[in-house]
Amino acid sequence: MKPAQAVLELTGIHKSFPGVKALSDAGLRLYPGEVHTLMGQNGAGKSSLIKVLTGLYTPERGEIRLDGRIVRPRSTREAQALGISTVYQEVNLCPNLSVAENIFIGRHPRRWGRIDWPAMEGQAAALLADMELTLDVRAPLHSLPLSLQQMVAIARALSTQARVLILDEPTSSLDEAAVQSLFALLRRLRAQGMAILFVTHFLDQTYAISDRITVMRQGEREGEYPCSALSRLALVNKMVGAPAPEPGADLSTERGSTAPPPAPPAASPQERGEAWLQARGLGRRGALQPLDLDLHRGEVLGLCGLLGSGRTETARLLFGADPADSGSLSVAGQRLRLRSPRDAIAAGIAFCSEDRKHEGAILALSVRENIVLALQARAGLRRVLSAAQERELAEGFVRSLGIKTASIDTPIGLLSGGNQQKALLARWLATDPALLILDEPTRGIDVRAKEEIMDHVTALSRRPDGQGMAVLFISSELPEVLRCSDQLLVLRDRRASGEYRRGSLDERSVLAVIAGTDATAPPAALHTPAALELAA
Amino acid sequence: MSGVDLTQPLRRKRVRAPAPSPAQQPWQRLRHWAGRHALLQPLAALALLLLVAGISVPGFFALELKDGHLYGSLIDILNRAAPLMLAAMGLTLVIATRGIDVSVGAVVAIAGTVAATLVLAQAPLWQALCAALGAALVCGVWNGLLVAGLGLQPIIATLILMVAGRGLAQLCADGQILTVYSPASFFVLGGGYLLGLPVALFVVAAVFIATQLLLRRTALGLFIQAVGINPVAARLAGLRTTALIFLAYVFCSLCAGLAGLMIASNIKSADANNAGLLLELDAILAVTLGGGSLAGGRFSLAGSLVGALIIQTLSYTIYSLGVPPEVNMVVKAIVVFAVCISQSTAFRSKGQP
Repeated sequence: MKPAQAVLELTGIHKSFPGVKALSDAGLRLYPGEVHTLMGQNGAGKSSLIKVLTGLYTPERGEIRLDGRIVRPRSTREAQALGISTVYQEVNLCPNLSVAENIFIGRHPRRWGRIDWPAMEGQAAALLADMELTLDVRAPLHSLPLSLQQMVAIARALSTQARVLILDEPTSSLDEAAVQSLFALLRRLRAQGMAILFVTHFLDQTYAISDRITVMRQGEREGEYPCSALSRLALVNKMVGAPAPEPGADLSTERGSTAPPPAPPAASPQERGEAWLQARGLGRRGALQPLDLDLHRGEVLGLCGLLGSGRTETARLLFGADPADSGSLSVAGQRLRLRSPRDAIAAGIAFCSEDRKHEGAILALSVRENIVLALQARAGLRRVLSAAQERELAEGFVRSLGIKTASIDTPIGLLSGGNQQKALLARWLATDPALLILDEPTRGIDVRAKEEIMDHVTALSRRPDGQGMAVLFISSELPEVLRCSDQLLVLRDRRASGEYRRGSLDERSVLAVIAGTDATAPPAALHTPAALELAA
Repeated sequence: MSGVDLTQPLRRKRVRAPAPSPAQQPWQRLRHWAGRHALLQPLAALALLLLVAGISVPGFFALELKDGHLYGSLIDILNRAAPLMLAAMGLTLVIATRGIDVSVGAVVAIAGTVAATLVLAQAPLWQALCAALGAALVCGVWNGLLVAGLGLQPIIATLILMVAGRGLAQLCADGQILTVYSPASFFVLGGGYLLGLPVALFVVAAVFIATQLLLRRTALGLFIQAVGINPVAARLAGLRTTALIFLAYVFCSLCAGLAGLMIASNIKSADANNAGLLLELDAILAVTLGGGSLAGGRFSLAGSLVGALIIQTLSYTIYSLGVPPEVNMVVKAIVVFAVCISQSTAFRSKGQP
């Protein structure tokens, strides 16, 4: 391993918010002269960990050691004074001030109590020259392109005698050339002994620059790996929590120990008949490349892919939350045009958003009101249920889904995340939908609630009469998707990249498609009739 | 080091353990109970204010029956508060949707002027009243289209009508105060009596009961709250958020129009310059005093009525005490300050142990 002492070491960091465990036993080690990438899915705890590092969050437990000494930064300022500088995803500088002012804002060099402009501009120019940049330091920041603004942000971070540089998704708004010049800078800084923590979700960039990778999953440190020893496939594996694949091993049997044996599909492909919902060429510019999708009653279609692969966009198009600008939809043989979620709900579609707080729960309303909302909205102003029936309905769901709440009149905001999620599931089950779209229904909730929700999803679709719901299940957790789904659609770069039927599942190719390592290879996974039909 | 960290949450837990049983802390129990009865706080404020008035103004609670009409300070307060109560009810729904309507006073002026103009032109009274309410309806549709349709900021959108509306009313009245001498039926709404009580009170009661029934018997109340608390989630749950917000503005303008008719009838004239001037600010204050949250969602129609009564009682008491009217503003300002402070979460959390 590394002979040097870690410049920064976090161990056993715990941080929780009401109902959510953001970090549990998370850790990180940074050595001088390395670029260390922090990877993980959305909600894995990357940003929480950085907020702990920069003093925005105070962890409940755990310690931060800087050069072996325990430190407790309580604000960004304190963290900066300790030598931990952060460049955030969105450039947070003042566009109307000059480059030099932005670099030294709040720490202007002074002379007799007044700002020493020549000194400030000289120091700024020297700093930028170190970064091999020649800029007019007196130019207002907004006159620079975004990539150079990003460089100024880094210059600012470096001007504080930083020893640890944290870059939180610095490349998300940069083009390829700008990324390359950023990387060149990072390499020079690395050579000078800087410890750099790089947060990104781009696999290519991770491999282009990092020495080591820390993978986070569900608020924990999944592991720390030298970049050269971790294949892309293994990395995606670890991010999504799939079992480590033994080369050549049969994965579906390996999974058997943790998951229950897959239930037989409701019907074999031959007797599935017409899909309840058929999407053809459904797409939206900038959100989703046109894709085809079939949803059958009584079946769960799992949708997986990395962050930004177009999962949520697909769900929103199917629910009418965003208008599609290409393609067509038909439901039960009828052509359907969705102008708003109302249209989708009227057609029997339900959508549990991934953003529970902003797009799901109406926090100040009671559990009962939250549960009846969609049902009542579909019916219009006339009360469909008497007060007593409403209570009965809500109490029924509280019992059957095991929602833990003091009463059905408790504001939903007081419930834990998992119980809020169950109440929102109840909201949609109350409408008795034909298609239930679940976008990350298990995000940020505890393991037990996760299991319960997945069991419900499975039970909803598997009804003996074949009239179970069609379910579109979206999750970042591959094991969850694999456990629930009869059929699997993999998205990458906003387009459909592979489709699988249960029974013909080959997890390794699923992972390969997610990771994008099969980009040149012919889609070997598409060997089922359904998939071939789609590929054509 | 980490040993200390570990014990801290444990120790805190031990101290907190007995707290959940409310029986041991009467103050907390009271607070819990008060929290569930939202109307309690404004009612208590009103009672306190009436007590102060009763002590400082001689004969404040006296009621006498003259010519079959009830007279007294209390009746006076109720009667004078009637237009404000109407405007406050309208604004309650707008504020519940996270909006605001500052054009209430302008709509009051428009409705009064339209009615007076038509009455002076010898039109039948019913036509004049309908035309006035029709004009208010148009105002509401305008506001609703700007806010719900075009997505303008509510305060900016309604500011347009606030400025333009009074100008339109003045144009309509040719810059004059229109004094109405007949028919006598024009004066019933703002000055008539029924069963010994002012007619205006029956109108307020009718609007209140009808609106309350509409909100509670149908799902309208639930929908408005949902839209106000979280418009994005409400839309995804299938609500017609745009239509709901639009309707709130239309309702608000109709209430303001009715208030304008009441004021014109009471003062027997239409004064486009001064009728309902700054009424919207009093109405916003009434909604806030009644427990409505300016952040949207939480609202209470009855609370807003109580809020309007608090404002009117305050003014009445100050005038009765012979305090110069300028001071009224200062006292109102202090009340607003106190209310805002008590609603601020930062202030509330300081009060917690």
